[in-house]
Amino acid sequence: MSTVVLLLITGLGLGALYFLVASGLSLIYGLMGVLNFAHGSFLTLGAFAGWEVARRMEGDSWVTFAVSIMVGAAVGALVAAATELLLIRPLYKRHIEQVLVTVGLGLATVALFEGIWGVDQIFVTGPAWLGEITVVLGARIPNEYFALIVGAVVVLLAIVLFLKFTRYGLVIRAGVENRSMVTALGIDVRRAFTLVFAIGGAAAGIGGVLASHFSGFVSPHLGVSLLIFAFIVTVIGGLGSLPGAAIASVLVAVLQQFANFYLDGSGDLVVVLLLAAVLLVRPAGLLGAKA
Amino acid sequence: MTAPILRVAGLNARIAGQQVVEDVGFEVPPTGVTALLGRNGVGKTSTIKAILGLIDRQGLVEFSGDRIDSQPTHRIVQRGIGYVPEDREVFSKLTVAENMRLAERGGAPNRSLVDDLFPDLIARAGQAAGTLSGGQQQMLSLARTLQNENKLLLVDEPTKGLAPRIVLEVGQALETAAAAVPILLVEQNLQVVRQLAETVVVIEGGRVVHTGNARELLNDDALTTRLLGVHGAAKDDDRLSEGAGR
Repeated sequence: MSTVVLLLITGLGLGALYFLVASGLSLIYGLMGVLNFAHGSFLTLGAFAGWEVARRMEGDSWVTFAVSIMVGAAVGALVAAATELLLIRPLYKRHIEQVLVTVGLGLATVALFEGIWGVDQIFVTGPAWLGEITVVLGARIPNEYFALIVGAVVVLLAIVLFLKFTRYGLVIRAGVENRSMVTALGIDVRRAFTLVFAIGGAAAGIGGVLASHFSGFVSPHLGVSLLIFAFIVTVIGGLGSLPGAAIASVLVAVLQQFANFYLDGSGDLVVVLLLAAVLLVRPAGLLGAKA
Repeated sequence: MTAPILRVAGLNARIAGQQVVEDVGFEVPPTGVTALLGRNGVGKTSTIKAILGLIDRQGLVEFSGDRIDSQPTHRIVQRGIGYVPEDREVFSKLTVAENMRLAERGGAPNRSLVDDLFPDLIARAGQAAGTLSGGQQQMLSLARTLQNENKLLLVDEPTKGLAPRIVLEVGQALETAAAAVPILLVEQNLQVVRQLAETVVVIEGGRVVHTGNARELLNDDALTTRLLGVHGAAKDDDRLSEGAGR
């Protein structure tokens, strides 16, 4: 019983991390049709920014932790918005070139991060509670998993409320459905493009700081490894569907944890098989609108 | 002579490399309804989309004396051009109220006019637009445009696929709207054209082949048959052949 609880909760925590990356990917694709291969860089930069702030502040307090998360979110949002304005917007309506430029940016930024912070892992410390254990139904759960879950739930709620109750949220929801009709109503949909990049960048930045505490270190490759699973989650959930991304994040991560435990570490293989199965049976993904 | 509200000259447009609008030119007077007619697939919808910049185009498009052919779609619409697209294109996952709110442009929307014309929509404000019937979706598509202060309406096949009773309601709504704002109307139903339009522009193969008075065309059976493929007499079953008017 305690093993199942352990795998479920750690799976939820890992899924939360996937969601923080996948939410932005899914929103960006849904509105703009762009697969953003530079999204992992927003996460990595958010993690480094959070670490830079934390090491300049006093101790490993909750205040330092909170400030590092806010800075990670802000840096992720700013860099993502700048990416959209400077690199994506000039290639408007040229989707292949847009994808290629994000691939190039993803590769270049990893090299840039290595140049600035070096190739070695930099160890990160946070509030003592994060390194402790909480016992749930007999299972000993590292607290960082709870931090990830709380972080993802807060981000999910914030995005849902934003989409539901703001004018720009309305524009984004409509744009995901029919972008050209939104412009035909007299709305400059390009502002929404920048906004979804910023939202996605902020979520990735938060994910970066939390991922660095979860892993115990920050490195230039932090985002790259997570991006692969985030893409898988985004495709399984249905490109453009935020609820789909949330459900698929949990599904993939929990499955991964169980397969790793019961099938000799074959979690990654099982996830890829799940991806193949979903693409064969339901090409649009679990909650995707169209193939 | 009064200056036209819209002037199009030498308009060309392509979709996926294929020429869909070729050297089209016509004017829309500042009052009344101008019908853009033609057989299926001759480029009527493409002409409307080219005017709005929804597809790549070259040529002159002048609105209220200002050139708009190099402007993006949202700026053209913000100038006061309301667009009712073919196939409604309501946002199916948004509610009726959200569709209306999204389409609000500039100052206070004229909700009383819309509520008078389409009272059914008030009761359905919280309903997802995708669950409305085709007729109700057309009402919503018209309502979201008519709530704004427009200087010109571009209305594309508003009665397509609708039941006769709904066609009447749509016709009445457009008649009311036309009293205040000029309309460029793409329409296959010649009864509706006869009811609403003063002027007609006929397109064939992406080019304008006839411009003139609507009644004169519709009363001339030979000409109507040659240009549109059907008789122009006022009969209830007068419709051009079915299909998309792209």
